[in-house]
Amino acid sequence: MTARAFRQSFALRALVRAFLFGWCLVALFPIAWVALMSVKLPIDAFAENPLTVIFGPQTRATGLGLSLLDIAVGGSVILGLLQFSRYRLPRIVRQRVPERWRALAWIAAAGMLAVVVWALLLEVLPAVLGRIDPLVGPFGVPIVGFTPEHYRAVWFERGFILNFWNSVVVTSGVITLSLTVGTLAGYALSRSRTEFAFWLLVMALIFRALPHSVLVTGYLPVFINSSEYLRPFLGDAAPTLYGTRIAVIAVLVSINQPFTIWMLRSFFQNIPSELDEAARVDGCTHFQAFRWVILPVMWPGVITTGLFSFLLAYNDYLVTSLLLDAKSQTMVPAITSMFNRETTATDQVQAVAAAVSITAPLFFLVMAFQRQIVSGLTAGAVKG
Amino acid sequence: MKTKTFAAFVAPSVVMMMLFIAFPLVGTLFQSFFVSRSVVETVEVKNCAPGFLKPICTAQMRTLPKFDENGRPMTETVFVGLQSYRNILEPAEAWQALTSGDWAGLMNIDFWKALRFTLTFTFVTLPLVLLIGLAIALSVNSIGRRVRGPVIFVSLLPFVITPVIGALSIRWLFIGDGILTNLLQWLLDTPVTVFSQAWSTELLLIVYRVWHIAPFAFVVFYAGLQTVNQDTLESALIDGATRWERLRYVILPHLQPLIVFVALIHMMDSYRVFEEIVGLNTQSYVISLQWITYEYLLPDNAGTRQLSRAAANSMLTMIGIVILLIPLLRQVWRAHRSVRL
Repeated sequence: MTARAFRQSFALRALVRAFLFGWCLVALFPIAWVALMSVKLPIDAFAENPLTVIFGPQTRATGLGLSLLDIAVGGSVILGLLQFSRYRLPRIVRQRVPERWRALAWIAAAGMLAVVVWALLLEVLPAVLGRIDPLVGPFGVPIVGFTPEHYRAVWFERGFILNFWNSVVVTSGVITLSLTVGTLAGYALSRSRTEFAFWLLVMALIFRALPHSVLVTGYLPVFINSSEYLRPFLGDAAPTLYGTRIAVIAVLVSINQPFTIWMLRSFFQNIPSELDEAARVDGCTHFQAFRWVILPVMWPGVITTGLFSFLLAYNDYLVTSLLLDAKSQTMVPAITSMFNRETTATDQVQAVAAAVSITAPLFFLVMAFQRQIVSGLTAGAVKG
Repeated sequence: MKTKTFAAFVAPSVVMMMLFIAFPLVGTLFQSFFVSRSVVETVEVKNCAPGFLKPICTAQMRTLPKFDENGRPMTETVFVGLQSYRNILEPAEAWQALTSGDWAGLMNIDFWKALRFTLTFTFVTLPLVLLIGLAIALSVNSIGRRVRGPVIFVSLLPFVITPVIGALSIRWLFIGDGILTNLLQWLLDTPVTVFSQAWSTELLLIVYRVWHIAPFAFVVFYAGLQTVNQDTLESALIDGATRWERLRYVILPHLQPLIVFVALIHMMDSYRVFEEIVGLNTQSYVISLQWITYEYLLPDNAGTRQLSRAAANSMLTMIGIVILLIPLLRQVWRAHRSVRL
């Protein structure tokens, strides 16, 4: 009875569908359109007519384009790869790799997948299809302008690959450190009812609200002169912290700590404390109980928190742009420097390509971890 | 858990927070009272030009920077009290503008201009984010299960995208003859230039932020909708409550704590608005409080950073955060006391 009684009228249903469709369009459009621009020559990318941007006649005229055959083959390869990475690959990892190496195996699998995708889509397919296209008549004639030129220019000529490597180092450092430090604190906070634990959590709440620029103002003079300050302790080996990736990792971990411990605490609270009490009765120390009993059942929470640490480190602009020097810059600040000095239209489209390169990993991240992200967003909210 | 073990477990986290949050905070406070400047000395310089019989000499007093033994300009740090705050707030000018009703004059001072924008931004985006988030959540909750996954996937994209990059993408759609500028021109039938006046730039900043944060509100509300008591809903239906009444008297009260949560998080985050200003490149018209600090922290052409002013400006920014936090802290404190009793 209920399902029918709650059913919406036709007009309301149409309205809801139209609204959702509109929202999806608004959510997706800027990202999709920028991705489209990045594979066109500048004259097409910044054209007035949207059809010109989509089909790219100028790009096509220079012989850079996709034919019907290219689209069909490329599309099915991409779909196949998606299916493979969503269903087959996880199964292979789960069946073939023993439990203790699994985390490593996931990283290795993701890396291998990235290499295969890159080689297949950018090297093998263009070469093969370039041979076949002239042979199949009307199906081989380019209909949509397409050029990976800007990506090649950004990544290899402008050294974006270096920035990418810096991003990898900074984000993986932040995730590892912030989870190590955070799980310990989050576990203790979830098991303690003392006054001190309460004030620690309140303090973390206040720290979470601080504008990051306040903190960076405090870091800058210390980091720039750190070799002088540290000389009495470390002698001549005292480092200048300004511009180093390790300093930025420490800073981002600390800025992220309040959020991390709140989130992990709310995940740990879901695990009954009888579990660690049982382990303690069996003769474990607190740390052993934490390491061998609690952590293994905490993986979902740890992964979710790790995702948010990743987002913070990867998306940060304020800290990285002020504390890193040109040599160790990550992708996000690098793109703005590229953008500010740019004058020509080609530079613009290269910046667009760089922007899409930065967004692509996030896209796959949401694809792989949608459920964890949703649970993480709600974890803090539902339990206060 | 014994205090000692507890301390051992939380120590790494606490040490990091002390070292990289509490300590810099105190440092910033101190910095705002001091100014580093290069040491200068006044010397008499004689300039002689060749002349008949006797060269014509003029003596001039000039201030020159002093150098240390390594040939680097010497700097000294002096206590200036509240001078940096005065430089930022310009109280005399601001007061004069305020008493004479000269709004434009007040808006010429960076700090007040930024404060006005930051507050407008915070309080305009807040209801929009809540409303749109709620609308999406209710809509998604009423459609078939098969489409929910893809809709959530698409909705999460604006949320996870790097803020600077998201703002840049929006900028490319509007810049010059960008695709959306064209669309607006076609719809309104007038020439549109979004980035050449303050109000449209500000509007774009607001639209961008709503696009970016509404998914967060959506996901939280959607999770809340899953736990609405179905029995209450059914009895409301039997009592003849309309759809609107069910929403007003059953669903919204259930979501109320979540709405407060999203509102607080959103206010904290939008008060710190900064990345959009960089991404959309709006600083010639619209600036925010955090952007001013950033600007002072960037080295100028001579490589110096105005640390003292940056510190003073951050401290002033903090006042707003503290005001925002007071109601939250009071609530936390009350909840804590009630658990104790």
